[in-house]
Amino acid sequence: MPALPDAARREPLVTLTGVSKSFGAVQALRPVDFKVAVGECVGLVGHNGAGKSTLMNVVAGVLQASGGTLSLGGHRTLGGPAYDIRAAHEAGVRCVFQELSLCPNLTVAEQARIAHPSLHGFGWRRKAAAMMGQALDAIFPGHGIAMDDTVGRLTIGRRQMVEIARAFTESTGPAQLVILDEPTSSLDAEVAEQLVAHIRRFVELGRGVILISHKINEILAASDRVVVMRDGGIVAERLRQGTTREDLVGAMGHVAERARAVRISSATADQVVAMASGGPGSLGLTAARGEIVGLAGLAGHGQTEALLRIQQAAARRDRAVTLRATVALVAGDRTADGIFPLWSIERNMSARWLPHMTRHGLIDRAIERSEAARWRERLALRTPDLRDPILSLSGGNQQKALFARALGSPAQLILMDDPMRGVDIGTKQDVYAMIADEAGHGRSFLWYTTEVDELFHCDRVYVFNAGRIVAEIAAADLSEDAVVRASFQEHA
Amino acid sequence: MTSRRLLVLAERLLPALTLALLLAAIFHQQPRAMSYFGLNLLLNLAVPIVFATLAQMVVIAVNDLDLSIGAYVSLVACIGATLLVQTPWLGVLALLGAVVLYAAVGALIAWRGLPSIVVTLGLSFVWLGLAVTVLPTPGGHAPAWLATTMGWKPPLAPLALWIAAVVSLVGWFAVTRSSLGVVLRGAGGNARSVARAGWSLMAIRVAVYATAGILGLLSGLSLLGLTTSGDANIASRYTLISIASVILGGASFVGGRVFPVGAVLGAMTLTLAASFLTFMRISPDWQVGAQGLILIAVLAIRAVLARGKEAAP
Repeated sequence: MPALPDAARREPLVTLTGVSKSFGAVQALRPVDFKVAVGECVGLVGHNGAGKSTLMNVVAGVLQASGGTLSLGGHRTLGGPAYDIRAAHEAGVRCVFQELSLCPNLTVAEQARIAHPSLHGFGWRRKAAAMMGQALDAIFPGHGIAMDDTVGRLTIGRRQMVEIARAFTESTGPAQLVILDEPTSSLDAEVAEQLVAHIRRFVELGRGVILISHKINEILAASDRVVVMRDGGIVAERLRQGTTREDLVGAMGHVAERARAVRISSATADQVVAMASGGPGSLGLTAARGEIVGLAGLAGHGQTEALLRIQQAAARRDRAVTLRATVALVAGDRTADGIFPLWSIERNMSARWLPHMTRHGLIDRAIERSEAARWRERLALRTPDLRDPILSLSGGNQQKALFARALGSPAQLILMDDPMRGVDIGTKQDVYAMIADEAGHGRSFLWYTTEVDELFHCDRVYVFNAGRIVAEIAAADLSEDAVVRASFQEHA
Repeated sequence: MTSRRLLVLAERLLPALTLALLLAAIFHQQPRAMSYFGLNLLLNLAVPIVFATLAQMVVIAVNDLDLSIGAYVSLVACIGATLLVQTPWLGVLALLGAVVLYAAVGALIAWRGLPSIVVTLGLSFVWLGLAVTVLPTPGGHAPAWLATTMGWKPPLAPLALWIAAVVSLVGWFAVTRSSLGVVLRGAGGNARSVARAGWSLMAIRVAVYATAGILGLLSGLSLLGLTTSGDANIASRYTLISIASVILGGASFVGGRVFPVGAVLGAMTLTLAASFLTFMRISPDWQVGAQGLILIAVLAIRAVLARGKEAAP
């Protein structure tokens, strides 16, 4: 690959000058200056609600800016209607949005058709399949996805791979600028590294990438420059060289997480759940009162299934599962199995509490309201009114409401299905503290997570591999290396 | 072949198997039905239902539901039996106007984000009112060319079978294979994603409702050609039959999962079910209920297959 001359590198690919965006009275984006040069990957970090997604939606033409100018290729506009999604696409802007946005009923190849209006006429299907196949092979070698797979039947990680690959496909014009908004939230570490490597190759070709991620290490690995946003404005800008994780976290306005504090276990001898071994080569699973048990391994290797099995055992006898506690689940795929999109924040929280707050068979509104208010306080839920629709909250705050739903119930065993997906560091720290506190009061947690860092909040970790539990690691022996080794272990 | 693939195949073939089973039962009861004439008699009423079903299917493809299709088909038949015979140019104009109105309703639904069920339910009363205005009492007569067309006896198989075959092929190509069909189903699967790729949801809905209007037009005219006279309520039961046929064909109400060939088979199954029940000497009073039972049985089998598929490796 030819190295890019330095002069070309300074050419701007996209330049935003004084771009702002307000929704009614709410200013989501203060006037910001932002640019991406040719051959550059810009990392964008900040808490949920800092304005990152708004800024990217303006660049992608989804939202029209309220003021300022944006120049990109030949387009120069004042936020008017001339620059829309179509124009952005023609100028070579491609997007992977935070929430998965594929059509679940279509095949992998057919997704390309949705993104490329020029794919039509005789033989379009073959072209689409070739296009998606090449992109997937280039970015995620060994992806194991067939082009005629229906997307809805793929695991969430593979769906995300398809969506990323689609953003890098090219039909009429080249993909000049690819915007990736939390692209790795459901990918395991190895696949995420493949993506980072591809981003580097891609920018070497003289293209641009904007990468939004809560995973700071990933930002540092992929970007040439990191832009930090807070409260709708840009507060810091650093070159990658010499920037550390602590610098960025500090600029985002949160104290750097300290080196891993050793968790003082609150586990008791009292067993609340036991699941028998699922076959040869697989361990059983147990958890005691007050214990936090982590479920690790690559995404989609049976962790969610184990949690669901335990949850179902509460309602229907299952010979393999002994359950001595009531259970509540915190969903990870918020939109698919978490929130009730048309209900209020309050009702979303109380959905799991209702059986315990009825009077004469009717919901006691006063208790419901006061409980919801208590959880809003405890979780620092950012909303003016709990009766607002749940969708008025940012993703992280929606997740907080789901935590309230589970923790507000009398359930003693809390199952967590990778709940921190796409949640900002601040919220995470709040939730970690709360989990530790609840465990101290005798609750047990089964915590599936794709982030190795989170396992250090657990007392014990089970590693899943191809549907089996292949290792059990005590907190004292836990290391990233041990988890990775068990996850990638080949079994006979 | 793994058991999962077998189950997928069984699910795919379920509409065809249902139809085959029903035909076998009919031939067993009434061997004389196994002839060109017999099949013609059994199936010719399926033609208008097939068209109405496909109209319903394109609407269901974008997660909407059309509760006005039956009333609309009746209106087309009424216009065909009166205006189209008396003043042909006015008749053609009225029919075109009805299609345009259908498309406009699609635009209204997309523009205001209204629930299609409510809008089309209201619209059905508009169609009914217009039909009664055009033809206050049952009567009128079909244009001669229409009756001749529908009475045509092509070689090899009855007209209804030819039409069903051609229409399924065209439907399969347009909805399942073509690049436009992908956008249509994509809009049902995840409308926001389609909009974010730069497609106009408004244009998609207008096209969907216009297509439904044209298919409804074909349904009304073919019905008129068979019955040779009109009635403002002639096709009112088509609304529910068309929905049932689409679902029987393997489709889901939401999510852009529709199957044109299945829908055509579903329409034929429900048409034949009525004849079968007559052969079984089940009184017409019970026929609607019996039809419902057939529908429930097929859907139950489908649910069992789907569950087996989830569990299979």
